[in-house]
Amino acid sequence: MSYRAHIQVTCRPGVLDPEGKAVKEALERLGFAGVGRTRVGKLIEIDLDAADETAAGQTVERMCTELLAHPVVERYSYHLEPRDAEAGEP
Amino acid sequence: MSLSVGVVRFPGTNCETETVRALGSTLADARVELLDHRRGDLADLDAVVLPGGFSYGDYLRAGAIAARAPIGAAVRRFAAAGGVVVGICNGFQQLQELGLLPGALIRNRTLRFFCGDVHLRPEGRPSAVTCELDRGAVYRIPVAHGEGCFWAEDEDLKRLEDRGQIVLRYCDAQGVVDDGANPNGSLGQVAGVANEGGNVVGMMPHPERNADRLTGNGDGRVFFRSLAAFCAGGAR
Repeated sequence: MSYRAHIQVTCRPGVLDPEGKAVKEALERLGFAGVGRTRVGKLIEIDLDAADETAAGQTVERMCTELLAHPVVERYSYHLEPRDAEAGEP
Repeated sequence: MSLSVGVVRFPGTNCETETVRALGSTLADARVELLDHRRGDLADLDAVVLPGGFSYGDYLRAGAIAARAPIGAAVRRFAAAGGVVVGICNGFQQLQELGLLPGALIRNRTLRFFCGDVHLRPEGRPSAVTCELDRGAVYRIPVAHGEGCFWAEDEDLKRLEDRGQIVLRYCDAQGVVDDGANPNGSLGQVAGVANEGGNVVGMMPHPERNADRLTGNGDGRVFFRSLAAFCAGGAR
């Protein structure tokens, strides 16, 4: 089976996110009212082959802990989407 | 006894030449060589230096890809066996990514890349970059980074302080450690951290850029002399 993993990596709560702060201030300068907490993170998309969704999830979990997210300052979440490998992109 | 030091070059490393030069000019009898990032064995060396730059373009996170290069596992084994490993700037980020030093280096508080001289004060346990520095003295060393804001959980920072693992802090020209002299927002004005043995050390400032009278007052030289002294077991 082929899956597309959509992995979201964001700053852990309490970690300084100056980029999020700069974005929030820019939105306020543009006149957007009521802008609250703003955090900037990363979205990583990975296509992978695995026996089933459980196996794909285990692989993505390991990718996140071994490389994609920094355990001290970041946290991650992901979801998997089955895809037709023959169809190619997107 | 001749000291053997390796300086690792990854794709995107850009401070290796001046680091080799600073080691060579400071330590008269040292044998200094550049190491390829694909190398798997470091057993014949006394010390390894991970120099500054933008390894792998800082992709994903600064130092993240370099830490997973073949030489990464070799550096981990070398450090575990008591070998001296010093990371400067991007090298410091790599040591954290390798899990050899605690905490993380995140985006500067200002969001700006900061390039300029800072002042440093040594403290804590004797380490492979600070053991020859004078306690109470102030050292002027350049920094150049966009992601040098040291961050750790409160309890981890406290533990580092209690164990003397914070070995360098940013201060003003008079040696006063306060936030006004902090170039990047680092918690506790932390500029350099060691492991519990003092043999693995990371620092954001670049001593190799002030190891020659051509480029400053030469304050960087004593950091490399510390490396040699620590290797020789003469840490005071």
